[in-house]
This record gives sequence, structure tokens and C-alpha cells, in this order.
Amino acid sequence: MSAPNKSYDPVEVTALHPDEVARARDEALAAIRAAASLDELKQVRLAHAGDRSPLALANREIGALPPHAKAEAGKRVGTARREVSEALKTRQAELEEERDQRVLVEEAVDVTLRFDRNPRGARHPVTTIAERMADVFVSMGFELAEGPEVEAEWFNFDALNFPPAHPAREMQDTFFVESEDSGLVLRTHTSPVQIRALLTRELPVYVVCTGRTFRTDELDATHSPVFHQMEGLVVDEGITMADLRGAIGAFVTGMFGAGLKTRFRPYYFPFTEPSAEVDMQCFVCRGASAEPGGEPCRTCRSEGWIELGGCGMVNPRVLVAAGVDPERYSGWAFGLGVERTLMFRHGVEDMHDMFEGDVRFTQAFGMEI
Amino acid sequence: MRVPVSWLREYAQLPAVVTARDIAQKLIAAGLEVESVEAVGHDVSGVITGQILEIEELTGFKKPIRFCQVDVGEAEPRGIVCGATNFTVGDRVPVSLPGAVLPGGFKIAARKTYGRVSDGMICSEAELGLAESSPGILVLPADTPLGADFVELAGLRDEVLDIAITPDRGYTASIRGVAREAATAFGVPFRDPADVEVPAETGESYPASIADPTGCDRFVLREVRGFAPDTPSPLWLRVRLARAGMRSVSLAVDVTNYLMLELGQPLHAFDRAKLTGPIVVRRAEPGERLETLDHVVRDLHPDDVLITDGSGPISLAGTMGGLTTEIDEKSTDMVIEGAHFSASDLARQGRRHKLKSEALYRFERGVDRELPLVATHRAVRMLAELGGAEILPGVTHAEAPAENVTITVAADHPDRVAGVAYGRDTVVRRLRDVGCEVTGEDVLTVTPPSWRPDLRDPNDLAEEVIRLEGYENIPARAPRSVAGRGLTPAQRLRRRVGRALASAGYDEVIDYPFVSAADWDALQLPADDARRRALRLANPLTEDEPYLRTTLLPAMLRTLHRNLGRGFTDVALFETGLVYRPRPDAPTPPRPPVDRAPTAEELAAIEAALPDQPFRVAVVLAGSREPAGWWGEGRPATWADAIEAARIVAAEAGVELEVKADRHAPWHPGRCAALFADGTLVGHAGELHPRVTKAFDLPARACAMELELSRLESKAAGTVLAPHIATYPVATQDIALTVARDVPAAEVEAALRAGVEGHGAAGLLESIRLFDVYTGEQVGEGNKSLAYTLRFRAPDRTLTAEETTAVRDAAVAAAAERVGAVLRGA
Repeated sequence: MSAPNKSYDPVEVTALHPDEVARARDEALAAIRAAASLDELKQVRLAHAGDRSPLALANREIGALPPHAKAEAGKRVGTARREVSEALKTRQAELEEERDQRVLVEEAVDVTLRFDRNPRGARHPVTTIAERMADVFVSMGFELAEGPEVEAEWFNFDALNFPPAHPAREMQDTFFVESEDSGLVLRTHTSPVQIRALLTRELPVYVVCTGRTFRTDELDATHSPVFHQMEGLVVDEGITMADLRGAIGAFVTGMFGAGLKTRFRPYYFPFTEPSAEVDMQCFVCRGASAEPGGEPCRTCRSEGWIELGGCGMVNPRVLVAAGVDPERYSGWAFGLGVERTLMFRHGVEDMHDMFEGDVRFTQAFGMEI
Repeated sequence: MRVPVSWLREYAQLPAVVTARDIAQKLIAAGLEVESVEAVGHDVSGVITGQILEIEELTGFKKPIRFCQVDVGEAEPRGIVCGATNFTVGDRVPVSLPGAVLPGGFKIAARKTYGRVSDGMICSEAELGLAESSPGILVLPADTPLGADFVELAGLRDEVLDIAITPDRGYTASIRGVAREAATAFGVPFRDPADVEVPAETGESYPASIADPTGCDRFVLREVRGFAPDTPSPLWLRVRLARAGMRSVSLAVDVTNYLMLELGQPLHAFDRAKLTGPIVVRRAEPGERLETLDHVVRDLHPDDVLITDGSGPISLAGTMGGLTTEIDEKSTDMVIEGAHFSASDLARQGRRHKLKSEALYRFERGVDRELPLVATHRAVRMLAELGGAEILPGVTHAEAPAENVTITVAADHPDRVAGVAYGRDTVVRRLRDVGCEVTGEDVLTVTPPSWRPDLRDPNDLAEEVIRLEGYENIPARAPRSVAGRGLTPAQRLRRRVGRALASAGYDEVIDYPFVSAADWDALQLPADDARRRALRLANPLTEDEPYLRTTLLPAMLRTLHRNLGRGFTDVALFETGLVYRPRPDAPTPPRPPVDRAPTAEELAAIEAALPDQPFRVAVVLAGSREPAGWWGEGRPATWADAIEAARIVAAEAGVELEVKADRHAPWHPGRCAALFADGTLVGHAGELHPRVTKAFDLPARACAMELELSRLESKAAGTVLAPHIATYPVATQDIALTVARDVPAAEVEAALRAGVEGHGAAGLLESIRLFDVYTGEQVGEGNKSLAYTLRFRAPDRTLTAEETTAVRDAAVAAAAERVGAVLRGA
């Protein structure tokens, strides 16, 4: 490299001689034209436009020239470098275009090949819909309460105002743990969790519970001896049936969308008084199928309404058994079947599908529902 | 309860324009579960009444056949072929003429049969839809008009409401109760079928007494004599019973059933001639037995409530009569019982004897205590009017004092329950609608009617007011916002575990927790394995599977097999759920009273009686973990995948699992890993024992993992502290160590780490990664070579080659010392 040297006569710098500059330029342009690929062009760029290319070196010499010579030499070298740069740019574009036209096409693969090398699994829809149902309440500030599946009869029945030998017990066909007076059952509903929640939590209580429940029904299209329930419970001061209706309305909106009506029908549960069964307007036909001339609806069997579950005001006897002062507190409870909800929300036609474990069934529902 | 609307209208003055559907809707809104509205008899037409003029017995057929001339009120009689023989000349019968339609759309036409043209059909009760089967044709009373429309005459056209009775509304198991609700719902007058004046009787009827007033607090007997036992029940009675779903048996039985349906009071008729000595209502004595009407000889329980006479037990009170005193086709003198029994006692004895009956159904739901006098009075009158019986004077009326229920309730209590301002006047009016006596102003004193034993609490009264005012009129109030804490860490972990396993290719299944003892054998569990100690159900769905699972695996292996059987060769399943592990010598849980909260001791005793119910997660795999494809070979699922599944789970819990070789059923003894978290055993994973895959009919080398998530939860790391991200360059050292083949890799790695630590360089070691395992000649028989990459990095400087080599040498030295490792190529 020629370092700037004040004592050295710049006029005699050969690199800046017009012929030299022209030669370097011509060589560069020729090499550029000759470059057949982007890789070759890259080499050419290094050789003829890089830091050590003749033109770059010539350019460095300019600074050392006396002022009167700088302008002309600068113009000469600058013009040459621009030409080379332009040529590079042009050739780069040409070669890229050529690559796009030819090389990339040659490199093409069949992107329709499926790379299903790591198959995804899926969660069971009963699990995911139960989570979703609970989350509607969790988002309102409820907490998720739990309890055991093998449960003491005291929790499953006595504390819930099922007197011994009362016909109400026969509404729930019960699995007894041997022997029949062991005092242990497979819980017939998630309601014992109400008692557990009230006994262990500070008031007010706002909880939801989802879980496995058991009744001695043979498996058929609409029954299963093992099934799941969701249960909501509120105990606070000044709770009325209007609060219950509001909460159920919020649940229906959360699960099925806005604008659906609900209706209460008086019913009987030992642990609530008053009690009701609650229906929601069919979320598919929105009641239209029950109107004269309406299109038939598979979801609600053209009744316009879908039975959602049971609910009511917590029976003060239950509050007493759970150590809550019924003079001061009142509450509501609401329960429904998870499988049933899955059936009508997703058109599951046979209970068998939920418990046979066929991967095709589970796969259809993915990770959330 | 099947309620014919015509019967209902007799007591509830419903406008004619009100349809059965209207009634059903109003009753549903009032809390009666009307399951269906069935139109009956509307499909029957063209049946008229006729009289038999002549009978010609046709011969030469396999059964007796008659060709009858029947006067149907036309100019000429009609010739009709009939296969029944229970009628004679002069009898009046229902005749379906050609063109008639019978129930089920059965059309009648003139047709040639048995060599004659039959110009219609003489009908039986079954053919008219009045009975399941009939022995012969229906013979009508002699005063039946000729040529009349039989459908009109017999009132065949009706609507029937089928109502499911909830346990609290026993009173609606009667026409009386449903009519009262219907009348209230429509705001029309109600006529009470029990509102019958019972003449004051002086003197006793058949002698009876109550020895146990806790089981029976009212016992009434009336007596008739000279009943004509062969008198058929009148047509209207048969039609009503048929419409209500009851079989006509005999006049005496039909009368008691009719009154039970109408009033809700079960009645029992004894054959007077078969009774010996005074009747006593008492509990059973040790060793007593009774043969009930269903011909079952029952060993009686000391709590059973019995009707007895001098011969011993003659009836299981309110449940089923005894055979010895049953009325039969010759009984002329009868004693009619109407009583009030303890609902809970009868419910228990019904359950004890596995008996169901219409009477028991009503008694266990509560019968109006004021009915026995009325019902027995109406019974003897009907027997007299319809069966020619003579009513004997006198009534036996034994009773025990019953407690009068009054409820004190704030007049605005229903308002506060519903969140609706009804006001006192509405509350009082509605309570009176249901039959309560109400006094008081701001605080009401309410005496429920005798037919409503379910009304005990202020909330019971609130429900009456609210339902009659209409549940549909309760407004919805927007939910209050409460400060919840969201899901617990354990609840979030369970969800993450499910997502992680699904993301890793496992499909979730939900299996029943019922297993058989054979499953323990199939899993190759040793005789003393704790998993064989399982809870047994007293009433399992099938005797094959009476136990509750102690491991998730057997049911999952069956589900795996089911999927393979359906043509899926590569299956990976996971399941989460409880297993049930009985505690040795668990006590029977106490049953504390429910008029207060249980004490801490009582609660602890209940909890101690429950089995352990830990939450587990398990996977089972068969076939390929990665399928073969255009990219190349597939990769079979192996023991390593099963262990990796456990690591996936543990990672969600923020726990690093420690893996040790183990021998544990149902796994392959050489391919079974015990999984530890912080020194606690949390589960096992690996390849299944060949005997297990054979027992469950699975492909060889199927794998499984089962892990107790409950144990991981407590090991979960707390708040994560952010790592310091050093930007100095990494220094790597690759080493290959030769060790004996049975040295676990985990121990070699532990030794390397210990060596690094011993050198005081723990802070420099970024990772140790095993990148190759080699066995072969070069490492010698019985050895293996493990190749590791050690990555070092200092937080504050660039490490020198000398430094990292020194740490590496320390690590290798420790491996040499602890596991006899030799550095290859050294």
C-alpha cells in the first residue's frame, strides 16, 4: 500500500495516471461481464471494487496530492469507480434474475409433502369443556374447589339434607363401598364439595367445582356410570334468586354467546329450596324450530329449549350443617352435566364415544374447546 | 302418575277451551314434571253398541268359532264371526263395523273367514285399548243403549298427562293433588274429592289397635258384608283405571285402586273370613315371616311395621298385603283398611325387602293424615253401590297424637329469597292457595295443610309463593364481582400437564375406574403388592369388576388394545385421574347430626375413614413414536419415550427427575425406571413386561409410565430467579469415557458433575450433554463408551484453555474414581 507521503511527488503516482485508471476500469468491467454466477461476481466485486482493488488503492492516493491536482484525479477515479459500481449492480441484478429463473426452479421441492413426523395428540373434550365451563365462573372471580371421589355418605347425602331412607336418595342410584354400611360411597354428584367448601373457606364463598361423579347406570347412548358435573356455589349476604338467574345468564353467555334466554321450572332437590330446573334457549335455532313452520332443529329436537341443569337457593338446612348462619347468609347453587353439555354443544350422539378412548374422537377436539 | 284430563276436570273447573297442553304447561310452570301429554282413544271410530241375537257354533275348526247375528240398531242384524265364547244370546257388546278404526290405526273391513262373511268385529277390551290382554270380548251392562257410539258412551277419548312426582310432592300422586294445582294455576274453583261428609259412627268395627305409634299414627277399619264378588267393575271404572295405567282386577280391588288414584290414600282389603282375632299394628318380632301377595316368603326385620292378627303378621304395612288374608274371587265379607304410616319407616322397609308398590310409593312420599276416614267411607259406599255389599255400622279408629306443624316466617321472607317485592298480601294469598292457614302481620304463623308434610321451613313456604307467582317473573341481577385468586398452582399444573402431553403426541382418554382382581394378575403384581389392596364396591355394575383402581394402567392398556384393534398401529395415550388406596384399619366414618356443623374431631374422623386418593398421570404407547415417511425410517416407541413422558410432566412442575433402574411390575425388569423427585419416589416408566403385553394382547415392547402428580406438586420449584446471561465465549470439551456396561449413565454424569464441583468450578459448568453411547470391540467386552460435551462459561471473563482443561481433568478424575471410567484416547 502506498501510504500518504508528503515528500513524495504525487504527480508521479502511476496509479492515478489516466491510462492506469482506464485500464483498471476496463479490467473490472470485463471481469464483471465475464462473471457467470453470483459467487463469481462476489469474487469479482472483491477483486475490482473491494478495499484492495486497484481503483480503491488509486482513490487513497488522491488525498496525498497537492490541492491543484486533487480535483482532476478525484474526478477521474470517481467516474471509473461509479462505472464499475454500476456495472456490478447491473450484473448482480442480471445474475439474480437468472438464478431466480433457473437455479431456484431446479432446487424446487414438493412442498405438498406432509411432514407428519411428530403427530400431535389431543386432550379429551370432557376435560377441556369442563375447564371452559369452570373458567366462565373463574373469570367472574370464583375459585375452583375440589373434593374426593370416594366420599363419606355424610358429605354426599346427610349434610345435603337427604334424610336417611328418603326417596330423594333413590333419585341418585348410588355405588356403595363394601360393605353397604361402610359409610362410604362413590360421590353421586359434585354437591358434597359445597359442604367441604363451606366448612373450610371464609365467607363469603364463591366457588365452582368440576369433577367425576358416579351412578349405577349401565353405559348406553345417554347414560354412563361415570360422568362429570360442574357445580357453582355462592354463599354471601343478601343473595337472591335474581342473583342466581344473573349468574346462569352469564354462564350461558360465556358458553353459548349473548342474547339467549333462560327459563326456570320449579323442581325438587333436597339441598336447595326453592329449587328449579333451568333451560336455555337453543343456541342453534334460538327457538325458531319450535315456532309454527320452523325448520326442524337437531340440537333441541325442535323444542326451542335445551335443559341445562338444576339449581336453587341453598337450603338453610344445608347452611346449618355446614356451620353457616342462615339468618345472615343465603346462597345459590347450580349444577349441570359436563357430558350432556358436550353432547348438545358439539353434537356428540353417543355416550360410548366419550369413554371408549378411540383416538379419532379425541383428536377431533384438539387442545381447547 | 298418569292423570286422565277428564278425571282432572271433574275436580278442577277448567274452561272447556283449555287444552291438555295448556294444562301441562301451567302445571310445569307450577313445578309438576309433566313428561308427556298423550291423546288416547282419538284414533278409535266406528264402534257401536250391539246385542247378540243368535249364535251359530261353527264346527270343523281347531278352536270354537261362532257366527253371530248382532243387532246394531239397524234394520237388519249383521252376521259377525267371533272366536270368543264368554257371551250368550241377549248380551250387549261393542261392535266395530266395516270402516271402523281401532287403536293403532287397525282398520276393520267386511271379510270372508271360516266360510262366512264377517260384517264387522265384536271387540274385546284389549282391542279397544283398555287392557293389555283380554280373555274374551267385552260384555256390556244389559241397560246399554243399542246402536250408540261406543267411544262416546265409554268416554274413550281422553288426554293423559304423565307426571313424574318429585319426592317432596307426594300429594300430587293423586287426582286430588293435581286438580288442586291445576285449579290454582288457572285461578278456577277446586272441588275436593275428599270433601265428603262422613256420618258419625258410633261403636267399633273390626277390633284393632296401634301398638307402635312411631310406625303408625292412624289406623281405620270399616267392614262390609254380602258383597257379590263376581260383579264386574262398571265400564267407566275400567276405562278410568286403564287410562291411569292400572289393570282392572276385580271390583273390590278396582275400588281400592280407584280411590287411591283419586285421593292418594292407599287402601287395603282383608277377607273378613280369613282374619282371626283383633288386629294389632306393631313391629316385627324376631323370627317372624310373612308370605306377601307376590308369593315371596319374607323374613321380617325388627323395624318392619306390620299389620297382625291372632295368626301373626298378615300384611307388611303400607307396602304389600299378606297372602293368607287376601281377598279372592269368593270373598263376600271384607275389612277395609285406611291408615297413616311413618314415611321413613316404610321407605326403609321397602328398601329392605326390595319391594315397590303403588301404596309404598305414596306412603314414603307422605300421605294426607286426614284421609283414612274419608277414603274408607268412600270405599265401603262404592262397594255397596256397585257390588251390593252391606255396610256394617261402626268404624274402628285407632290413632296416636300427631304433632301439629306451624312455621313462623317473616312476611317478606319470600321477597328476600326471590329478590322480588311480592308484598304481604300476595304472600298470604298464595300460602292460602296451597291450603295453609295463615295468621299474623309482619311475622306470619303458618299451618300447612295435612296433605303437605313437605312444608316445614320458611324456605319451603317461600318456594310455594315464588312458584305460584311464576319463576319466569324473577329478574336477573348482574353477577357481583368478587376478588378470586384464580386457579391454584396444582390446578394450573394439571392443565399444563395435559397440554404438554397432548403437544408431545399423546391422546387423552377417560377410563372407568372399575377393575377386576384378574387385572392384578395380568399386571404381574406380586401377591403382597400394595396395589392389590383395593376398595371393593358393594354393588358393582358387573361382578367381574368390583374393585376401584389402584393404578391407572390396566384400563388404559385395554383402551390401547381397543385402538390397535380398530386399525391404529401407532398409539400413544395419556390419562389423568385419581386412584383409590385404602388405608389399613380405616375407621367407619361417623355420621354427625346435621342440625349443627360437625366438630373438628368429627371431621377428622370422617377424613380418616376415606381412602387416599392421589392424582396420577400415566401414558401407554405402542407402535411407532415417529412414523416412517418420505423423510426416512420411523422410530419405534421405546422405554426411553415412556421415561421422557415423565420428564415432560416433571418439567411442567419445574422438577428435575432423577432416574434409577428398578424392577417393578408391570415393567420389564431390565427396562424399568424408578422416578424420583428430590429423593421421593414419584413413579415408574419403561417397557412393559412381555407377560403383561401378552396378557393385555398388546404388541411386544409396548411401554408405559405412571406417575403420582400429587407427589410432584409439593416438589414444584418456587419462584424462578432469572439467570445471569453471560456474554463471554463458551469453551467446550468433548470427552469419551469407557465404563463397565452396567454402570448407569446417570451415575457417570453425576460423577462428572461432582468432579467439577470438587474443583470449585460448579459456576463455570454450563451443561453436560451425552452425545454418544458406543459398545463394541474398541472399548472391550463388557464395556461401553459414553461421549460427553462439557460446556464451560465464566460470567466475568473469557476462560483460558488451561482453565477448562483443568476442570475437565478434575471431572474425568472423579469419574474414574467413582465409576471406574477411563478416558478414551488419553
